[in-house]
Amino acid sequence: MNIITAKNLTKIYARGVEKVFALNDASFVIKKGEILSITGASGSGKTTLVNILGCLDNPTSGVLTVAEQQVFGEQKELSEAALTLIRRQYFGYVFQKFFLIPTLTVQENIMLPSIFQKNLQTNLQNLQPTLEILGLTQRARHLPAELSGGEMQRVAIARALINKPQVLLADEPTGNLDSKRSDEIKNLLVTLNREQGITIILVTHNPDLAKIGSSAIELLDGKILKKSC
Amino acid sequence: MVHYMNIFQLSYKNLLRRKLRTTFTILGITLSAWVLITLLGFNNGYENSLNKDIEGMGFQIVLTAKGCPYEAATLMLKGGTGLRYMPEEIVQGVANDPDVAQTTAMLMHAEFDPDKGENGGTIVYLGIDIPSYPELKPYLTFKQGAWFQNAAERKVVLGFEAAELEQREVGDSMLLPGSAEEYQVVGILKRTGTQDDGMIFLPLKTVQKVFNKEGQLTMLGIRLKQTADANAFEEKLYSLPDVQVVSMAQVKNTILGLVSSAKVIVLSIAFIAFVIAMFGVLNTVLMSVFERYQEIGILKSMGALPKDIFVMILIETTLLCTLGGILGISLAFVFSGASEMAIRFFLPFTPNGNLILITTPTVVWSFLTIALIGIIGGIYPAQRAAHIRPLDAIRSE
Ligand SMILES: Nc1ncnc2c1ncn2[C@@H]1O[C@H](COP(=O)(O)OP(=O)(O)OP(=O)(O)O)[C@@H](O)[C@H]1O
Ligand SMILES: [Mg+2]
Repeated sequence: MNIITAKNLTKIYARGVEKVFALNDASFVIKKGEILSITGASGSGKTTLVNILGCLDNPTSGVLTVAEQQVFGEQKELSEAALTLIRRQYFGYVFQKFFLIPTLTVQENIMLPSIFQKNLQTNLQNLQPTLEILGLTQRARHLPAELSGGEMQRVAIARALINKPQVLLADEPTGNLDSKRSDEIKNLLVTLNREQGITIILVTHNPDLAKIGSSAIELLDGKILKKSC
Repeated sequence: MVHYMNIFQLSYKNLLRRKLRTTFTILGITLSAWVLITLLGFNNGYENSLNKDIEGMGFQIVLTAKGCPYEAATLMLKGGTGLRYMPEEIVQGVANDPDVAQTTAMLMHAEFDPDKGENGGTIVYLGIDIPSYPELKPYLTFKQGAWFQNAAERKVVLGFEAAELEQREVGDSMLLPGSAEEYQVVGILKRTGTQDDGMIFLPLKTVQKVFNKEGQLTMLGIRLKQTADANAFEEKLYSLPDVQVVSMAQVKNTILGLVSSAKVIVLSIAFIAFVIAMFGVLNTVLMSVFERYQEIGILKSMGALPKDIFVMILIETTLLCTLGGILGISLAFVFSGASEMAIRFFLPFTPNGNLILITTPTVVWSFLTIALIGIIGGIYPAQRAAHIRPLDAIRSE
């Protein structure tokens, strides 16, 4: 079953009079439960693509369907609130930067999405298991400033997972980490995918990390250079 | 506590992030709240104590010899100088008027005493009629002794402060200026908080004789019957030659007119203080929104709706204003004594009693105004924050 369908996705930025095709006519499907790795040189459009897939950015043209629902396409643009509701329902995000709230403890950072989605009580039941899976049980009451980079990224992943999203989007999740920490994150992603069936869309420069993908897309200047399963 | 997390917590933790900035913003609101409450308290208190002073006179209308009306007004309330006199015969006609309940004739004499206070001061002698004067002022009660019994005795009643100043007790004797005869103190009044505290009361005839003003009066106090029409009665009195009619309502308006200009100035200051405080709030909150651009974007990627962010920022401003408001109101209460002293120093005429009267409605209204100002100051930053896109945060490096 396809969770995401991309058809002729194109993103054009105007740089002065010049047009930049950050994404050029990309079409593919993402199956439920797979790990899709997206690779390519710097500036090839990876971030642009993953932001559109995650409904954080809109394409200039093309159609994006998430779980049978057209998000971007011919119809009228969705409102900010409607997009938020789709994001809440399907996606968790992890970025190269961790974006933790410095005044909140680890467990508070992890629970943060729940206060907006009004499911704090339900999600509190997920808190302990999530902390355990990510090896953060001992760190629950620490502030972000007291953590290592790898731990911070694990907190960010835990925060992305607390709502049990169907799809985890990770844009260079190991970009700020050394190789040992990167390996930890890699293993974690594999475990999450295997044990919980989470679909993962993974952008990375790191060939070793890209290997965990059950399918792969390589971009070059906004175009899909190679697609493999 | 993670079990009770909510948007409110996010807001208040954010204020704690920049303690100094938060403190200064709250201080700004505190100051303007303080000014506002004090001003409104003054508005209440001044009029209130003026009313009390005027009611304390026991009569609604006073006849004096022709002169400047403002002088007449202060003369009545403070016992001023520049006294003018009118003939005693006037009393009969007025007293027989069917509208009049009671009259009391007075002769005031003011004497400069170089020994009084640091730079000398004026001692006011008031010749009064027995028994009409005590009847019109039943609230004058005695610490010691009682009123003298007839209109020509050589006896004295001292106001509370006058007794302290002269250091006299009942039974002591004292001298009057320009007279070699001794006068016996027969009574000392309790403190009233009015102009009466500083006076030396003597029988009317005695004052007329001692100060060579036989057959003359400075004032005639008139109390009307309950059924009488004060305006119509005043009209009647205008036909009398060489006297002027001062009604207490008039006195009050004259004095309120004098202080109204001072009020306008203070009101403008309060207004300016408020505008400044509002921009302070706006500036603080806007800055903290800009600083948290990324953070707010991330909150939105985590499912925060624009209205969630709007509420979060508005809670921050409301917290600032509420705290500042409470502090300002407390300061107004704590320092009302000091503010009162300052006002007494700057205003030409101030009645006795509490000049600053802070009532519950004043507090409630001021608090609501402050909260409103804060919310208005917070709307723009909250609006800005609500429309930050997740993408702006992720892309901003
Ligand atoms: N807001 C923007 N305005 C103009 N051009 C942009 C904007 N965002 C991205 N681009 C351009 O679009 C192209 C693709 O950018 P993108 O960030 O998707 O690349 P990337 O593959 O993620 O690169 P990296 O590996 O460095 O993160 C680049 O040429 C970039 O300069
Ligand atoms: Mg990128």
